[in-house]
Amino acid sequence: MRSLVLLLAAVLAVSVLLAIGVGAAAVPPGQTLRYLWAALSGGAITPDEVTTYQIVWQVRTPRVILAVLVGAGLSAAGVAIQAMVRNALADPFVLGVSSGASAGAVLVGVTGALTALGIYAVSAGAFLGALLASALVYFVARQGGGLSPLRLVLTGVAAAFGFQAVMSVIVYFAPDGEATSTVLYWSMGGFGAATWGALPVIAAVTLTALVILRGLGRRLDVLAQGDESAAALGVDTVRLRRGLFVLTSLATGAMVAVSGAIGFVGLVMPHLVRLLVGAAHTRVLTIAPLAGAIFMVWADLVARTLVAPRELPIGVITALVGVPVFVTLLRRRGYLFGRA
Amino acid sequence: MALLLDGLSVSAGTADLVTDLFLTVAAGQVVGLVGPNGSGKTTTLRCVYRALRPSAGAVRVDGRDLAALPMRESARLVGALTQEGHTDLDFTVEETVALGRVPHLRGNRALGAHDRELCRRAMESMEVAHLAGRGVLSLSGGERQRVLVARALVQEPRVLILDEPTNHLDLHHQIRLLSMLRAAGHTALVTLHDLNLAASACDRLAVLSGGRLVTAGTPGEVLTEALLRDVFGVEATVVPHPLTGVPQVLYDLGSAHLEGTTA
Repeated sequence: MRSLVLLLAAVLAVSVLLAIGVGAAAVPPGQTLRYLWAALSGGAITPDEVTTYQIVWQVRTPRVILAVLVGAGLSAAGVAIQAMVRNALADPFVLGVSSGASAGAVLVGVTGALTALGIYAVSAGAFLGALLASALVYFVARQGGGLSPLRLVLTGVAAAFGFQAVMSVIVYFAPDGEATSTVLYWSMGGFGAATWGALPVIAAVTLTALVILRGLGRRLDVLAQGDESAAALGVDTVRLRRGLFVLTSLATGAMVAVSGAIGFVGLVMPHLVRLLVGAAHTRVLTIAPLAGAIFMVWADLVARTLVAPRELPIGVITALVGVPVFVTLLRRRGYLFGRA
Repeated sequence: MALLLDGLSVSAGTADLVTDLFLTVAAGQVVGLVGPNGSGKTTTLRCVYRALRPSAGAVRVDGRDLAALPMRESARLVGALTQEGHTDLDFTVEETVALGRVPHLRGNRALGAHDRELCRRAMESMEVAHLAGRGVLSLSGGERQRVLVARALVQEPRVLILDEPTNHLDLHHQIRLLSMLRAAGHTALVTLHDLNLAASACDRLAVLSGGRLVTAGTPGEVLTEALLRDVFGVEATVVPHPLTGVPQVLYDLGSAHLEGTTA
């Protein structure tokens, strides 16, 4: 287990370094390291390197770091949500967060609301939309004080349809094509808008969520045994579900606000990791963030280099790469989920 | 009294599932809860392991009202084999049994030597030790049931709740589980459909019908032909077991009455 963690951490570090170097202006890993070191320690670079340095430090580094954070966060959120609603098909967006975020972003984009927030206006709109969707799902799904897994999923799916309809209406009546591209961006996702400015918030939210979720590992194991067993094992499922709901909604909302709804990772990474290390959540929540981060860095790399200078939406890559890998693993190993 | 159901009532909407139930289980006793379908057996047990909050009355273990305790603490007093014991995730047998230690461990802390020893012993007594590394989803129903009993045992509870523990078990494991229960001196409240097994395994039987306690006492006192007719709606002959003398119920399908229950 420890060697697997170290291995993945090393792979992640190398991936990050390579990903920062690759692009229209290719930078060898050694030079990338030197630039990063210069940026962190305030060291000197020669004047003719300034352009490359700025690409590396101002454009690519925040982008790759964002990919790491979102990859890790979505994977962990996926694990938690699958345990929370006890459903193999659940992902971080099953509770309506992504469509809520898209609707919020589009609404802000079209109406020009929240202009006081400057370049963060659309992200803020997305975050608010995500929270609104979550709150709506929460209050509708609530039943006798508890959140029943099935009601959560059903309400989430229904809310997603509702928000999509709202979005379609806005796009239909919007005067220009901008609304359409905003919708496309938010529903496919991407890290093109990454800046240093937005990173601290998303880093704080994601890392906090990762730590808390991992700390809940054993209680998630108990939750996965079913509510009856969980009660007998002393876990208050009502409180745990409520906590998980709030935590994953906030984290997912924050991630969607900066990178759009990048699908597939939060659905498949939990299953992939369980195939490798078994079902116990403490292990899964240790490995899944690392694996998700690596996957996302590479997916983003492919997305921005495959048809350069154009950029593919990253959701396309995660699905194109993830589906075959997942199907292959599923067929090769005896992976059981649900009634065998 | 190890376990006291103190005027327990449960209602769901307008339906009264359990009404004013008083029942005691003395330390070291095995008490069987029997009754027809829908008589409130499982509902009663769910209150004891706190999957359900009673609408009136209390469940007391060693005099302490469970509702006043944190869930974690009451899970150290009451361990349970529940009817819905299904998981979607393929935990290994070993991991599943180890979850019984959760009420005793903080957060994600690893199992200590004592915890592991308890798990080993429980798996051996339920004859699932050889399955330790297997995923629970690949087990047969009976094997899984034994794993879940083992999990309840490692909880080291004061009171063991077993809801239909013999479900899915073959004859060997039915007998083995119930004799283990007696031999190990557990304090247990058990629901059983098989009245003959219940008569053999339990010190006392409590008969529920329509959410009310009809009668409680030793199997000899409770299991009478009149009760079988009134509560279960079956004509049967009750004879003493030739070796142990506990009452055993014999059915004669030829004389079966299909008029339904009168209770």
